[in-house]
Amino acid sequence: MNILHYWRALWGIVWRELFRFVTQRERFISALVRPLVWLFVFAAGFRSALGLAISPPYETYILYEVYITPGLCGMIQLFNGMQSSLSMVYDREMGSMRVLMVCPLPRWFLLLSKLLAGVGVSVLQVYVFLAVAWFYDIKAPWLGYAYVLPALLLSGLMLGALGLLLSSFIKQLENFAGVMNFVIFPMFFMSTALYPLWKLQESSVFLHNLAQYNPFSQAVELIRFALYGQLNQHALYYTLVAFIVFMVSAIIGYTPSKGMMVKKGGPG
Amino acid sequence: MSATNTLLIEALSFAYGDKKALNNVSFAIRPGECMVLLGPNGAGKSTLFSLITRLYDTRQGRIELCGFDIKKHTRHALAKLGVVFQQTTLDMDLTVLQNLRYHTALHGLGRSVANQRIQQELERLNMYERRHEKVRQLNGGHRRRVEIARSLLHKPALLLLDEPTVGLDVPSRHALVEYVHQLVCEEQLSVLWASHLIDEIYPEDHVIVLHKGQIRAKGSVADVLALTQTSQIKDAFTKLTEAA
Repeated sequence: MNILHYWRALWGIVWRELFRFVTQRERFISALVRPLVWLFVFAAGFRSALGLAISPPYETYILYEVYITPGLCGMIQLFNGMQSSLSMVYDREMGSMRVLMVCPLPRWFLLLSKLLAGVGVSVLQVYVFLAVAWFYDIKAPWLGYAYVLPALLLSGLMLGALGLLLSSFIKQLENFAGVMNFVIFPMFFMSTALYPLWKLQESSVFLHNLAQYNPFSQAVELIRFALYGQLNQHALYYTLVAFIVFMVSAIIGYTPSKGMMVKKGGPG
Repeated sequence: MSATNTLLIEALSFAYGDKKALNNVSFAIRPGECMVLLGPNGAGKSTLFSLITRLYDTRQGRIELCGFDIKKHTRHALAKLGVVFQQTTLDMDLTVLQNLRYHTALHGLGRSVANQRIQQELERLNMYERRHEKVRQLNGGHRRRVEIARSLLHKPALLLLDEPTVGLDVPSRHALVEYVHQLVCEEQLSVLWASHLIDEIYPEDHVIVLHKGQIRAKGSVADVLALTQTSQIKDAFTKLTEAA
């Protein structure tokens, strides 16, 4: 077991995920359509209804489309993380997850590799989305497109780790609808992706507090600031800690001696 | 003693909550031995396989692979293991070659060694010409051949086969059974073959009859026939699983 073995396995897992993504044209297109519909239709419709004050990182008044673009980047990563989670459950049901789990590498490494592969795909999707948004005249400073990369990697890792954790709890594919209703939608709508925190506070202090502690909000803010060449330290630490918590929990979930698989009953 | 065995299982028990799936199971497989694990549905075969492959944790008892304790030296033990699961575990959207390369990457094989072994294994199974085809385009028998080839790429000492012939037509079943027995004879590969199809057993095989999580009989085909005082393994199996 040497470093080369780890590298080859990591590359194999990442390559497989990227290859599958690129060759599955429908998946590629549908991953882009969702945020673009939000950008072109939802944002256009709400532009006049939602007034936005000047707040960091923006230095002037901005269009609503500009405001929600980082949120939609986060949305791509959130859905991608859940898609990875769904595919893990599917792979486990179909048995192909077993192939990965019985190879002679530590389980944490295999899960991390799978996670990195998913993050690679989501970052690719975000950049394609940002390119389309650029043609729609939603432009960040050039350097912002470089600064946003580490932010996207960290937010992708955090949301992917959440997906991994959820997949360790879900035994059957049918149960996945619950994840949509109880995780994705509340996380997305109770965040700063669509409206700033102060707007939420005007309506409900309780919702404002929930949104503030929502890790997805912090990931979106990390992306938002990075896209304008700034670092939001609070968001960085919050997202980092959330990633560590989710990842460690996911590894425990997939550990044979502690995991959920055995507790939920075996193959018979 | 354990170092001479490819697989050693000692006093293995496992339960899902209150439901006992395996109860004090012990047996060993030596190099070049084909052990057929017979048992009806719910006998505990899949649980046993999940424990050997470390998908589940061993709580009671011990499993050793080539002298490595599966719990303490998991990675060393798993490196000696080749597995063919009951369900097809190939990626349908990848070609045969891509699937096999993925497996060699997981086992840390370099490109040239991987290519050499892939060619060797596919040629032995008459699948090399079809290496660029997507798995989705292959029939069940050919997919199984690819899975057998994949399980051998990293040169395992023990091959686990979990009902690999389920869903195959008769010629494909016979070809697969014959090929695995050929590997046992020529390469001293150890095989643990879970099945409920009696006709897959060769006279020189060893047999374990597992029922309700317990071993009802184990030994050579002749031993099991003598124990049950029957002339055919099919009758022996019926007698052992009905008596319980």
